[in-house]
Amino acid sequence: MAKLQSVEERLVGLADIVVEAARRKRDPEIQIPVRALSNVRFNEKKGIIEMGDATQARTFFNLGMAKKFMQTMLVADALAELQRADCTTSLREIYYRTKHTLRDSTENTFDDQDESDPIIEDLEVTLGALREELHVAAEGRGSIVGNVVLVDDGDVVDCSRAGKSGHTVPSIVEEPDIRIRKCGADFILLIEKATQFNRLSEDKFWKRHNCILITGNGQPPRGVRRLCRRLHDEWKKPVYVLVDNDPWGYYIYSVVKQGSINLAFESERMAIPDAKFLGLSSFDPERHGLPRNVGIKLKDSDVTRAKEILEYPWFRKQEWQKEIRHMLASGLKYELDALANRDFRYLTTDYLPRKLRDRDWLD
Amino acid sequence: MGAALHRKRESRPDLREVPDATVHQVTAEDLAKRQREISVSEFFAKNRHLLGFDSPRKALLTTVKEAVDNALDACEEARILPEVEVRIEVAPNGGSRPPASQADRFIVTVADNGPGIVPDQIGRIFAKLLYGSKFHRLRMSRGQQGIGISAAGLYGQLTTGKPVRVISRTGEKKPARYYEVQIDTARNEPRLLVNREHAWDRPHGTQVSIELEGRYQKGRTSVDEYLEQTAVANPHARIVYVNPEGQRTVFERSVGELPPPPREIKPHPYGIELGVLLKMMQDTKSHWLSGFLTSDFSRVSPKVAAEICQRAGLEPTAKPRTIVGEAAERLYRAIQQTKIMNPPTDCLSPIGEKAILAGLYRQIKGDFYTAVTRAPAVYRGNPFVVEVGLAYGSGQAAVAESAVEKEEAVPVAEGEKTEGETPLARVLRFANRVPLLYQPGACCITKAVLETSWRNYGIPQSRGALPQGPLVIFVHMASVWVPFTSESKEAIADYDEIRREIRLALNEAGRRLSAFIRRREHARLEFKRRNIFEAYIQEVAAACRRLKRGRLDEERLRRQLQEIAHRLTGGQKTDALVKGTNETSPPVESTIIVTPEGPRGAVPPPPPAGGGDPAAGAPGKPEERSDGEAAERRGKAGRPR
Repeated sequence: MAKLQSVEERLVGLADIVVEAARRKRDPEIQIPVRALSNVRFNEKKGIIEMGDATQARTFFNLGMAKKFMQTMLVADALAELQRADCTTSLREIYYRTKHTLRDSTENTFDDQDESDPIIEDLEVTLGALREELHVAAEGRGSIVGNVVLVDDGDVVDCSRAGKSGHTVPSIVEEPDIRIRKCGADFILLIEKATQFNRLSEDKFWKRHNCILITGNGQPPRGVRRLCRRLHDEWKKPVYVLVDNDPWGYYIYSVVKQGSINLAFESERMAIPDAKFLGLSSFDPERHGLPRNVGIKLKDSDVTRAKEILEYPWFRKQEWQKEIRHMLASGLKYELDALANRDFRYLTTDYLPRKLRDRDWLD
Repeated sequence: MGAALHRKRESRPDLREVPDATVHQVTAEDLAKRQREISVSEFFAKNRHLLGFDSPRKALLTTVKEAVDNALDACEEARILPEVEVRIEVAPNGGSRPPASQADRFIVTVADNGPGIVPDQIGRIFAKLLYGSKFHRLRMSRGQQGIGISAAGLYGQLTTGKPVRVISRTGEKKPARYYEVQIDTARNEPRLLVNREHAWDRPHGTQVSIELEGRYQKGRTSVDEYLEQTAVANPHARIVYVNPEGQRTVFERSVGELPPPPREIKPHPYGIELGVLLKMMQDTKSHWLSGFLTSDFSRVSPKVAAEICQRAGLEPTAKPRTIVGEAAERLYRAIQQTKIMNPPTDCLSPIGEKAILAGLYRQIKGDFYTAVTRAPAVYRGNPFVVEVGLAYGSGQAAVAESAVEKEEAVPVAEGEKTEGETPLARVLRFANRVPLLYQPGACCITKAVLETSWRNYGIPQSRGALPQGPLVIFVHMASVWVPFTSESKEAIADYDEIRREIRLALNEAGRRLSAFIRRREHARLEFKRRNIFEAYIQEVAAACRRLKRGRLDEERLRRQLQEIAHRLTGGQKTDALVKGTNETSPPVESTIIVTPEGPRGAVPPPPPAGGGDPAAGAPGKPEERSDGEAAERRGKAGRPR
């Protein structure tokens, strides 16, 4: 599929595949790149996860795939409609737009959104179109506060005057929707949880340390990741990541740094290979005097996940192996919230300043 | 109750002081004074749960069950095709009758066309516990102990104070008589309160009425269910049921002949316990041990008797009465060690595959029926036969599938799909043609069903659970002595031999079912496949047209895609499979398969018209009428013929 084509042309191309196959009495098939660990490779030079070339044929006349094929065509149709109407919508609205019963039956085209979401991702990789190019936005859940001035859809937003809860990070942060007019901060602190974001924001941590606080409430959505990347690229600001000390936290960090397995094709513009892991490290409880009883026993699933992560090529560095093995050896995980055991403001007044002073982070 | 307890506690010290304030020990004589005989009836009055009267609801069922068992036994023994009428009425309570669901007092009346009962016996049959004709002989029958009907009468008497009312007539030439009997609980003796002539329209038969405290509720373990299942296992009986709401249900006879009469047999030596052996030796008429062994047991030839005597170290000419203690134990052991032929099995009268099929087909809606009667087997010296029947399917094969779908074509909202909630199979358990409704968990039949791997037969089953799906599993055990786990006869004891037989029968029936399911599944899948592609092609073609902004011949695209679908999904072969039955294999023996064109296989002949003279129950009545009746019973929606 030639990249020169517009998104709409690429969508119409799918219809052409069907028409052409039907004319030649062949089973229509769409080649969809595989979105799995088996089809990603770690580009060590660039420090990002890249998608491989493996594709999977989605054919129509195969009982196991027929429904998915039909759903793919319906979603493609809805996406083309968006292009023509030039409006942006959500994953959920796409689901509702394409949902109806099949003729003469009670069977639905889609039973729930879990069926339509992966198809949109399939089309992103198949057509080589970014989600915002498809005019689909994820939910904008993320906040930013600190010394940065944005122009959001024409409105100037000074994030140092956006109150305690900051400015909401939209899901599409590309030019021209979002422009970064000024950034006077020294670094960016990406925080996993809203609780710690609120604590730091309330304590005006960003003022004292001249930084930007940004959170994505768990796994950061694309908007948050992309905005960090732009601040890093365009304004040369270092990015530090603060997450819980558990396998999930490690993975969040790696998604920010190297990109995700599922959407490896977007690493190129999402990943921040220079991002640093500030904490919580499995060695922090000892260094910061957290008692053993504020830890949580690792569940079996945690252990399995941690062992998987140990095997990822992008976690091969010596210090990372030590970090993860130490967690496994202790058998415990720690939430950021556990720092409150020392003091409510321990994070603001002791933990972060000490970390930054000692340059105590992992790369 | 709290107050009563309190008072009791207070009075205790007084009692103790009565004999002598200074003596603390109770003497053996004191204890002896307190000992006295307990009559069986008194024992029952306090332990009613042992006989199945633990709750008012169960008491109503047990009463109906005992009366119906007796009625059927009596008819069969007299070789009369049974006509049983069961009527349950709400007892008048001070002039007004409460609605059936609220009532707590009922009158159960069961009438049969049996041989009737001679006046002499009336009292003892209906008002003396442990009096009966069935306990002392080894013969297949529903009742065993002679407790049932008198216990029901006693329960009625205890809860309402009313006597048992009986009408009986032993022949057309004799007048019917009306009796009222009560049981003297202290002595376990009957008291005849009324005995007079009475006008009655039946030429012969018995009718018993018991007023009792009870509760009427439909559903599981109800009287309704019991009678429905009785009809399945007794297709030769015609049962009329009038429930407390006044609704009349007729379970027509679907087999026009009586099952062959079971023969009485002597006990087999293997099934005898030491105590019973001792008693038999005291009671025997034989003078010699060898004669006792050959004449009082089955399958003991003079040669076998000699072998037993030798092994026990006893003279064949020894007097049986003198063999006690250690010698008796030696004899008992010798019997167990000697190889003795299995007992005769012609004493059993199984329902038979044909009759089971007829019963299931008539009473249960389904698409597939099969029945298996095993060869007789033996447990602990008692011969028995296991029979299994399966009814499978929703009974909708006859209704065109598209019609069903259209009827419920309401779009399904998110989260509304309730897949995986298929109901569990229903297990109908029977012992000597009597349905067992309670204690399924304790029953050998349930265990055998559970340990059968139904998945092998294409029926889903979770670990340790009943199979799932529209399946009814019928299991019958016929024996001269069914080993129940308790006196209330609710579950069959778990003997390895019995469980093994049940399992083997289930396996055979399961294999037949599996063949049916596989065939039908295959056809259904092909049909679905074709249908799915048809519907999806519509969607894909329309989406393509919209993508191309209408610049597309949608009709042509659809046609082209349909051609490909047809080629890829089997073409003509599938057509035949989906549409017709001409391709499906011929029916297996003792199996009925219901197809859109009607039932095929061992379909029972239309039943003889109900009512009228029971003796004239020969087949050959007009076909159409009975077919219509059957369809009506089997599904309210009816089934196009």
